[in-house]
Amino acid sequence: MSKKQVSRRQFLNYTLTGVGGFMAAGMLAPMVRFAIDPVLKPSASGEMHPVVEVSKITNTPQRFEWEVKQQDAWYESMVQKSAWVYVDKNDEIVALSPICTHLGCVVDWSSNEQYPDQFYCPCHGGRYTKDGVNVPGTPPTAPLPIYEHKVEEDMLYLGRAHDRGGGV
Amino acid sequence: MLQKIYDWVDERMDITPLWRDIADHEVPEHVNPAHHFSAFVYCFGGLTFFVTVIQVLSGMFLTMYYVPDIENAWKSVYYLQKEVAHGQIVRGMHHWGASLVIVMLFLHTLRVFFQGAYKKPRELNWVVGVLLFFVMLGLGFTGYLLPWDNKAYFATQVGLEIAAATPFIGDQIRTLLAGDPEIVGAQTLARFFAIHVFFLPAALFGLMAAHFIMIRKQGISGPL
Repeated sequence: MSKKQVSRRQFLNYTLTGVGGFMAAGMLAPMVRFAIDPVLKPSASGEMHPVVEVSKITNTPQRFEWEVKQQDAWYESMVQKSAWVYVDKNDEIVALSPICTHLGCVVDWSSNEQYPDQFYCPCHGGRYTKDGVNVPGTPPTAPLPIYEHKVEEDMLYLGRAHDRGGGV
Repeated sequence: MLQKIYDWVDERMDITPLWRDIADHEVPEHVNPAHHFSAFVYCFGGLTFFVTVIQVLSGMFLTMYYVPDIENAWKSVYYLQKEVAHGQIVRGMHHWGASLVIVMLFLHTLRVFFQGAYKKPRELNWVVGVLLFFVMLGLGFTGYLLPWDNKAYFATQVGLEIAAATPFIGDQIRTLLAGDPEIVGAQTLARFFAIHVFFLPAALFGLMAAHFIMIRKQGISGPL
C-alpha cells in the first residue's frame, strides 16, 4: 500500500533530465578528455646523453654542459643542460644538478671566498656541501638533485636528474 | 541536498520567476509534433542553436592547443588531431558542426519564409535573423583559414578577391581583412583568428539574445 506513486509530471521530469544529461555527457566527455590530456600523457623515458670523457673528471666538481633534443608538442628544439661532476672518496662518479632547490637559480662551486668547498647560490646565499646536501640555516630546504649516470667506453652518460628527498 | 541549496538561494534571491519565465510556457498545438507530425519543421531553429552550442564548446577546447601563427598553426592542428586523446573527435565536431549549422540555419530560414512567419509584427526578427546568417557565414569564412593548409590558404585567397571586387572601396576592404595589401600571411592569420574567436562570437551572442527575446515578446506565429 505504501507504494510511492510517480506522477506523470515527475516521470517526464526524470526522463528529460536523464536524456538531457546523457546528451550533455556525450558531448562533453571527449572535450574534457581532450583538455586534460597533458596530465595523462606518460612522461618521456630518460634517455642517456654522452657528456664528457671519464678521464677529465677530477675530485673537484667541474661544470660540464651538453645539449638535449627536446620535443615540446609540435615544437622541437635543443636545450642546454649542465651538471657539476666529480669523483667522490669511494671512486664513484657524482653528477649534481646545478639548479638551486630554493628558487631555481644556478649554483656555483666554491665561488664565495667565505665558503670554499661548498656550492653557493648567488641569489639568496643558499649553500650545499660537496655531496649536494643543503647547509642548514640557508634558504634551500632540499639537497641538489642527482643525475642518473652510466659509463660506457670511457664516456660519462647522464640521464634525468632525480630529486632526493629529505634534506636538512 | 540540491533542493536545500536551491531553497537557500531562492529564499534570498527569489530566482524561481527567472527560470519559470523561460521554461514554463505552453507549446501551441500547431507547433507540437505529437499533434501534427509536420510540426517538426519548427525544430530547425532550436537545432541551429544546439549545433551553435556545440560549436562554441568545441571551439573553446580547440584553442587550448591551436596557435594562430603561420609557422605553427598547421603543426599545432596536426598535433592536436593526431597526438592528443580524442583530438580527432573534438576537431571533427567543430569541422562537421560548421557545415551542419549552416544547413540547419538554412532550413529554419526556409520554414519562416514559406510559412510567412516573418510578416508583421515579426519583420525586425527576420532582419536580426538575416544578420545572424551573415555572422555565421563570416565565422565559416574566417575559421576556414585557421588550419593554414593549402585548401585554407587558396580559399581565403579567393574570398579576399571577392571582397576586393566591391565597387570603389574594394582594395581597402581587402587590405582591412588581410592585414596587408598583397600578402596573405602572418597578419591575415592573426586577424582571422581574432575575428573568428572574439569579434564574430560577440556579435553572434548579442544577435541571438535579441532574436530570442523578440520570440518571447511576440510569441510564435499562428497556424497556417
